[in-house]
Amino acid sequence: MAAQRAARTNNEADRPSSPVLQFGPDKPLRLDAGTVLSPFQVAYQTYGTLNDARSNAILVCHALTGDQHVANANPVTGKPGWWEVLIGPGKIIDTSRFFVICANVIGGCLGSTGPASTNPATGRPYGLDLPIITIRDMVRAQLMLVDHFGIEKLFCVLGGSMGGMQVLEWAASHSERVFSVLPIATGARHSSQNIAFHEVGRQAVMADPDWHGGKYLDFGRRPEKGLAVARMAAHITYLSEAALHRKFGRNLQDREALTFGFDADFQIESYLRHQGMTFVDRFDANSYLYLTRAMDYFDLAADHGGRLADAFAGTKTRFCLVSFTSDWLFPTEESRSIVHALNAAGASVSFVEIETDRGHDAFLLDEPELFAAINGFIASAARARGLSL
Amino acid sequence: MSVNRAQRVDLEVVAGLIPAHSRVLDVGSGDGLLLELLQEAKQVDGRGLELSQRGVNECVARGLSVVQGDADKDLEFYPDKGFDFVVLSQTLQATRNPKLVLDELLRIGNRAIVSFPNFGHWRVRFSLLIKGRMPVTKDLPYSWYDTPNIHFCTIRDFVNLCEELGATVEKATALDANGQKIGLSMPWWFWNFFGQQAVFLLKR
Repeated sequence: MAAQRAARTNNEADRPSSPVLQFGPDKPLRLDAGTVLSPFQVAYQTYGTLNDARSNAILVCHALTGDQHVANANPVTGKPGWWEVLIGPGKIIDTSRFFVICANVIGGCLGSTGPASTNPATGRPYGLDLPIITIRDMVRAQLMLVDHFGIEKLFCVLGGSMGGMQVLEWAASHSERVFSVLPIATGARHSSQNIAFHEVGRQAVMADPDWHGGKYLDFGRRPEKGLAVARMAAHITYLSEAALHRKFGRNLQDREALTFGFDADFQIESYLRHQGMTFVDRFDANSYLYLTRAMDYFDLAADHGGRLADAFAGTKTRFCLVSFTSDWLFPTEESRSIVHALNAAGASVSFVEIETDRGHDAFLLDEPELFAAINGFIASAARARGLSL
Repeated sequence: MSVNRAQRVDLEVVAGLIPAHSRVLDVGSGDGLLLELLQEAKQVDGRGLELSQRGVNECVARGLSVVQGDADKDLEFYPDKGFDFVVLSQTLQATRNPKLVLDELLRIGNRAIVSFPNFGHWRVRFSLLIKGRMPVTKDLPYSWYDTPNIHFCTIRDFVNLCEELGATVEKATALDANGQKIGLSMPWWFWNFFGQQAVFLLKR
């Protein structure tokens, strides 16, 4: 079963279940690494209908381990789309009113060109031959997709975590193409602590003998143990101590007493092992390396002479930032410093901090206050945009 | 922030000072009452800064551009003359450093509008003089030990502070206990005695 799913992940890399937009040699993707990616492809999902004025498009940017299947059953796991609580017919982001686009990021593993995709030069998977991808590169590819749809100005770009970084990059580099943005649980740069956690994850992957210097697909292997450990460590950072304690405490897993061994005595151990195991079925290990690196390299202020406000100078885009009190990966202060920069730039900005003990992952969950904020922001932006819906 | 909704007649006065389509920053925007009023009546480009997270979340849910922040700390991030009007309604007395806050308002806005409860009102004086107690009134309902209002001033005090900061009073309005404007012809001492609230339009 797991092996079947793993095989399906690999198939998704070259021939995804999603529509694919292919960019030939005439349309290379310029990369921050100083090279180009060509040819390349972008896999995406859309929901709803683009109106005649092409003014009702919303782009959703996915997080590190997310994908384009934001509001439909995931073809690999069979689970509901990762933001179906928010997006769909009659939902807060109503797909009967808006045209919603979500694309797999470049460097990902569900159909957009990434390390598991076949390198046309060799006929083998790219592996580590793929140049390093940045958040800005991902957004450049998204822009090419948006151009393909003939959309002059997106009504809104939203996303959380790594998705939020892409949202900020859209606002900074292509502000004339976005009417409003909603960066959630994110930061304008990756902190030292966040880089540290990512490095732990990458080292776990690379320490797995099955990684084979990144060429594991050539050997018909996958560094499942390493990737599972990476996921386990990362997963802790997505939660909070309070949430872990509330959910698991020191409860034992299917046993009455400690076993005085190294089995998963505690429920939290069993839970993390499960998280690790299910993750490797759906995600490519090299993709994990590339995407964590992209987040580490993200520093919007550095891209603009060291002053974050300069990234947003003269912007007409409407901003709404959201943070969560128990998020220690992207604490509220990260959002607040963006708000200060936006204030300095004279931008239109809203900022809400939502009280919850569910940690960073709160943005993916049913959080009524989050939905109220998104709803209010989208509704008022729609009025301002003249979208009588 | 410290005065309830029904008594916010000062908001009407504030709104009356702001021309249509202005850029307005409301410092201490509370539940967004003034911003909403200004957006509906004057189609302003309005922003808010509010300390209470609950107030902010309610404002954003209603489609207002409001950020959570502290007037004492966060005004420094706004650029010079970034707004036509900066409004501080019924909040000055709750700031830690009213002089600095007022200075910032005059820097950020082409004009500043400040409304505050007048501690020189006769009821306040009466309470101290006759009862020897800190006043607790309909307008100022807190006891001395739990009030957020830590820097009360009288209308006279405020006029002095404006002078110190080099601000010109372009317009001033005092409201009596019934929310009625006190006649313009009345002298300052009369305003300071019978004005329960004051609204100032300032420029520097």
